[in-house]
Amino acid sequence: MKLLILIPAYNEEETIADVIQETQKSFPDADICVVNDGSDDRTGAILKENSDIISLHLPFNMGIGGALWTGFNYFCQKDYEFLLRLDSDGQHPPSEAAKLLEPLIRGEADLVIGSRFINREGYLSSQLRRGGIRLLNLLTTIIMKNQITDNTSGFRAYSRKAVCLLTEDYPFDYPEPIEVYLLNRNGLHIKEIPIKMTDRKGGVSSINLLRTYYYFIKVLLTILVNFWNGGRNESLSDRSHSDL
Amino acid sequence: MEEGMNPYPIGPIQIFSIIFSIFLLALIVYLIRKKKVREEYAIIWIAIFFMFLVLSVFRGLIDKFSSLLGIQYQPAALFLILFACLFLLIFHFSIVISDMKKKINALAMTVSILEERGTKRE
Repeated sequence: MKLLILIPAYNEEETIADVIQETQKSFPDADICVVNDGSDDRTGAILKENSDIISLHLPFNMGIGGALWTGFNYFCQKDYEFLLRLDSDGQHPPSEAAKLLEPLIRGEADLVIGSRFINREGYLSSQLRRGGIRLLNLLTTIIMKNQITDNTSGFRAYSRKAVCLLTEDYPFDYPEPIEVYLLNRNGLHIKEIPIKMTDRKGGVSSINLLRTYYYFIKVLLTILVNFWNGGRNESLSDRSHSDL
Repeated sequence: MEEGMNPYPIGPIQIFSIIFSIFLLALIVYLIRKKKVREEYAIIWIAIFFMFLVLSVFRGLIDKFSSLLGIQYQPAALFLILFACLFLLIFHFSIVISDMKKKINALAMTVSILEERGTKRE
């Protein structure tokens, strides 16, 4: 099994070294790819000191979607089979990550999402954000007809087919729910399993209180746009199938 | 302006707007020749400045346009035309910027991957 662990990082100097170390301990055989999303702090320097990992340094801050897209492109240029996405702030414990990979290896799914809300254990986010997440879930359930309980979870594992499909037209703004939608539309299988997340160990969330509202409206717009564009992605799936 | 005379006497404002329109047209042509503005972005400017020129030479056009739309106050018709043009321009720029952003992101992604390959080879 050739596994790439993708860790997008933006100003995570406090936690990134620990996260890498922990990940290496949990997955000694996997390649770790950290995308430094134009950090202003020492994140880039810390990564350059560590020659065991693959580090992609973006020349400017592209946002989480851009960082993921960059990692996905790297993945597709190499011959990896599976991709595991982890957060750089320690919210996604690598010990839980192995659970996400099992359904992929068994070939049961192309995307496995770690959900906080199936068993409601561990870190569950603030009340306001949970309200937002619930509303988005309701909308995606209605519009996109999916039954995902934790659409905003970034704790995910992907098959090669899923990753390469997503690189074609990646949703840069708020990718998580759109990923689910795009893969769903293209007939790929998505599975959700219960996991426990921990609260962030350092740094600040990229989404502060004021921006939560802005974020929510932007997501709504993105969901609608992708819904209207639905047909276009069908052709993308055909192309990807022939590539694999 | 006395009654019974030409309803559109040549006033200072008209002379000013004709000269200014010609100046703008000349400027954009000059900028294209100097390669400061790409032709594809200049076409929309030329169209707008040319329209200004036509409107300043034939002042009756504004009156006709406003009565056609039922606008009582003629300058309002002029503002309407101006706003419509500006909206179109800004909209055009949004499209251009979005396209550029997409290309810049693709460049950044490629650069970061190539850089990684370079350092691993050293």
